[in-house]
Amino acid sequence: MSGFTSPVLIYSLVAPILIVLGGAVIGVLVEAFASRKIRPILQLSLTVGTLVLALAQLWRVRHETSGGAAMGSVAIDGAGILMQAAILFMAILGVFLIADQENFTVLAAAVPGSDEEAHSIKSGEQLTEIYPLTLFAVAGMMLFPISTDLITLFVALEMLSLPLYLMAGLSRRRRLMSQEAALKYFLLGAFSSAFFLFGAAYLYGFSGTVSLSGIGAAVSASTGNTVFMLIGIAFLSVGLLFKVGAVPFHAWTPDVYQGAPTPVTAFMAAATKVAAFGALLRIFYVGFANAYWDWRPFITVIAIITMLFGSFVAIAQRDIKRMLAYSSIAHAGFLLSGVLALNKAGLDASIFYLIAYGVATLGAFGVVTLVRDSAGEVTDLNRWAGLGKRSPFVATVFATFLLGFAGIPLTSGFIGKFSIFSAAYESGNKAVVIVGVLSSAIAAYFYIRVIVLMFFTDPVEDGTSVIIPSVLTRISIVTAFALTIFLGVFPTPLLNFISSTAILLR
Amino acid sequence: MSNVNWLTTLGLLPLLGAVFVAFLPKTNALAAKRAAFATTLIVAAAGIAMATQFQRDNVDLQFVEVHSWIPTFGINYAVGVDGVALVLILLSVLLSPIVVLAGWNEASGGRWSAKTFYILILILETMMIGVFAATDVFLFYVFFEAMLIPVYFLIGGFGTGKRSAAAVKFLLYSLFGGLLMLASIIALYVISGEQGGHTFDTTALSHLHISSTAQNFLFLGFFIAFAIKAPLWPFHTWLPDAAEAATPGTSVLLLGVLDKVGTFGMIRYCLTLFPDATKTFTPVILVLSVISIIYGAFLAIGQKDFKRLIAFTSISHFGFITMGIFAMTSQGHSGATLYMFNHGFSTAALFLVAGWMTSRRGSSKISDFGGLQRVTPVMAWVFFFAGMSSLALPGLSSFVSEFLVLVGTYTRYPVAAIIGTFGIVLAALYILIPIQRSLHGPIMPGNEGLTDLNLREKVAIAPVVAIILVLGFYPSPLLNVINPSVTHALSVNGHTDPAPSIAKAGK
Repeated sequence: MSGFTSPVLIYSLVAPILIVLGGAVIGVLVEAFASRKIRPILQLSLTVGTLVLALAQLWRVRHETSGGAAMGSVAIDGAGILMQAAILFMAILGVFLIADQENFTVLAAAVPGSDEEAHSIKSGEQLTEIYPLTLFAVAGMMLFPISTDLITLFVALEMLSLPLYLMAGLSRRRRLMSQEAALKYFLLGAFSSAFFLFGAAYLYGFSGTVSLSGIGAAVSASTGNTVFMLIGIAFLSVGLLFKVGAVPFHAWTPDVYQGAPTPVTAFMAAATKVAAFGALLRIFYVGFANAYWDWRPFITVIAIITMLFGSFVAIAQRDIKRMLAYSSIAHAGFLLSGVLALNKAGLDASIFYLIAYGVATLGAFGVVTLVRDSAGEVTDLNRWAGLGKRSPFVATVFATFLLGFAGIPLTSGFIGKFSIFSAAYESGNKAVVIVGVLSSAIAAYFYIRVIVLMFFTDPVEDGTSVIIPSVLTRISIVTAFALTIFLGVFPTPLLNFISSTAILLR
Repeated sequence: MSNVNWLTTLGLLPLLGAVFVAFLPKTNALAAKRAAFATTLIVAAAGIAMATQFQRDNVDLQFVEVHSWIPTFGINYAVGVDGVALVLILLSVLLSPIVVLAGWNEASGGRWSAKTFYILILILETMMIGVFAATDVFLFYVFFEAMLIPVYFLIGGFGTGKRSAAAVKFLLYSLFGGLLMLASIIALYVISGEQGGHTFDTTALSHLHISSTAQNFLFLGFFIAFAIKAPLWPFHTWLPDAAEAATPGTSVLLLGVLDKVGTFGMIRYCLTLFPDATKTFTPVILVLSVISIIYGAFLAIGQKDFKRLIAFTSISHFGFITMGIFAMTSQGHSGATLYMFNHGFSTAALFLVAGWMTSRRGSSKISDFGGLQRVTPVMAWVFFFAGMSSLALPGLSSFVSEFLVLVGTYTRYPVAAIIGTFGIVLAALYILIPIQRSLHGPIMPGNEGLTDLNLREKVAIAPVVAIILVLGFYPSPLLNVINPSVTHALSVNGHTDPAPSIAKAGK
């Protein structure tokens, strides 16, 4: 029996996560004890304050690099800090959207259609558990891309997923659909977690360690049972590819995107992608880099079918949220080509792409929350016809996000696409680049179709209108809009910052 | 003189105008029109002033400006012009005020206010200048793609008929080509990185060593994008739809200037960056050009609609231009460049008059017109004149360029030139038949009350007529600008004009 060594934590480096967790715990207490009147404003300021504080702490430690911040289970490095910052920034924009409580059920525990529900709506006493849930999810997301061992990874994965399952079920309208989405997400998520664990077990069996660098060393030394390694990589990848929504593990995406309250979808689509791709990049770049020739064919195939499937199926969608869901699948494919690149350019490009895509996604879903009729949000694409006539400004902003997704020059999406494809090409993966370019052309079709609907189709008089956004929603959308243009015209500051900081500690 | 950033200034002026128009009240359409017209006039004056500073015999790029834009990828804001680019910039800045003045009331049928129309036109003008001025491949691509957006909204928002379908078709075709080009650009970027540092500078890229297989693929990426833009058979189907749906002014800019980006790109990028692949593909491209010439002409003969007719004549003319480019002789290149300029003006004349006829009659069908010569003599004569310019009547500007292209092609590819010549015969048919039907003969019912051109329209069309006429007799001012650049570019790429005695050499 060896003696117990007390763990050493470098608190300043893990502080951003601890701050978010602390804020979440306080949020739970506020939810329990604060009076209902002041609760919404208190929760909102607490959440935003926590996120800003965490971001500030992150800024203070931005030049630090350390593998020993928490006994070797997390790595504080440039890439990790960048992704954490991106997650926090998107969380702030997301919380601004979530602040519009109109979208959330008043009492999540009430059975849909019951008297209890009707009563709670009438009393107008809104529960605000969404804020602490968001903070818990953010903490998990921040831990995910910096975890350097499989156990911490799994903990982070569960920590970010569980609150999201709940949040997906909180929609005020079409509650059954929302709850169905939540259940689906939960079941499939649990399934993928099992895959992840299974893979982790095999990798442990192969290398005798759970740390990524240890696995990396075992892979390059090719000691141990390589069949175990391959099974481990395969199952671990399945768990992660589920989170990023890559085909064929994408089945949850459209339903959850559609069913979840739109602000939650916005937050989830943007921030989860950063976290999951952050982890994926670290695992493949650090742990599996030397088994490149083993996994490259499979990931290449997955990237290709993800891009093509997402782009093709999106064409057939009649619901804006489902369409954006399939578009996010296509973008997951584009992002996988950054993972495949396995070089510094690929890492930089992936981070830039994640930021550009996440920001535009938040903005786009933010706009979706504004288009409503008397029964709530209107997501049927046909009823978006003529939006450009009714509210030219909102339609222009939305069109900009779509052009950004399509990768038209002078938007952030174009720079992202260029950098990620050039990184993939540099690594010699020409097939992915060619398919990527072709599926961009296919994807352009459905983005443009929405623009046609908004601008070139006459409006139908069915009570669909754009509500006047609250100040916070407005800040969120305008920030996303400004960044989408700015990163397209002057991407240099961010690109330089990324290329000088983004290092993965091995 | 060298301190003046001519190209940047020229490019920024329309943008400033657009910003100014954006601040005008929405209800005051007249103010927007006047502001837009004044802006385009100033830009045209500035463009002419710039042209006077151009040193004809200097074969280097002139008015060069280089600023770092995205250093991470080695991307620069780099502009500069040679003779070819200068001529095309002149074409853009001269056509813009004419389009604004000629289409004074074009914006009235649109989905949005006149203000939006002129903002889009001015933004488009900035991008037209930028796309010809760019010497950085990435910058060129940015303009090449970004300019689709204003055109898309101009067609879809202010056109007639199936405007949104035509706009979408235009955009998707162009985006598809553009994305193929993007793949090639990415490859160039990576190859340049392997050979001494990432760059997008056209001159530096032309010195790369690229394996011949790679060159072929990269060449195709660029060429297909350009062949869609300057529609070459079989990539042409978007053009008639777009030209039919767009307002006459938009069509003038679309066919007159935007499509020239394709032929300009072939000269500037395909030929310079991939000289070996160019040689490989030349036979195929010549065949496609000849098919375009004949096919465009035949379909033009069969058209019942003026706008579609002009679109198909343009496809035929783009065939001539492409043939001239890939003939790889100095006459061919000079002719092709001059052709681009002249085609801009003769198409402008045709489209503007056709637009006036259409708006007066309420129909663009050829069969709805008849006897216009007696009802509206001025309009009829201008149309006749424009038609003659389109069929390259000697004495009008198109004749010079068409002749140069055919001579330049004949010295190296006699068969292509001979078949191409039939295009001229067909041109007489597709121009003379509609002229006979619409201008001559008995006055068709519904044509009696048509009014002749008013003063504004006369003022707008006068410079076009003057340029066509003057350049027909005296093309040397332009040719003197074009020739040195063309000869230089050909010699850099290793092409020499065949001496007459070895004219049948195949390569």
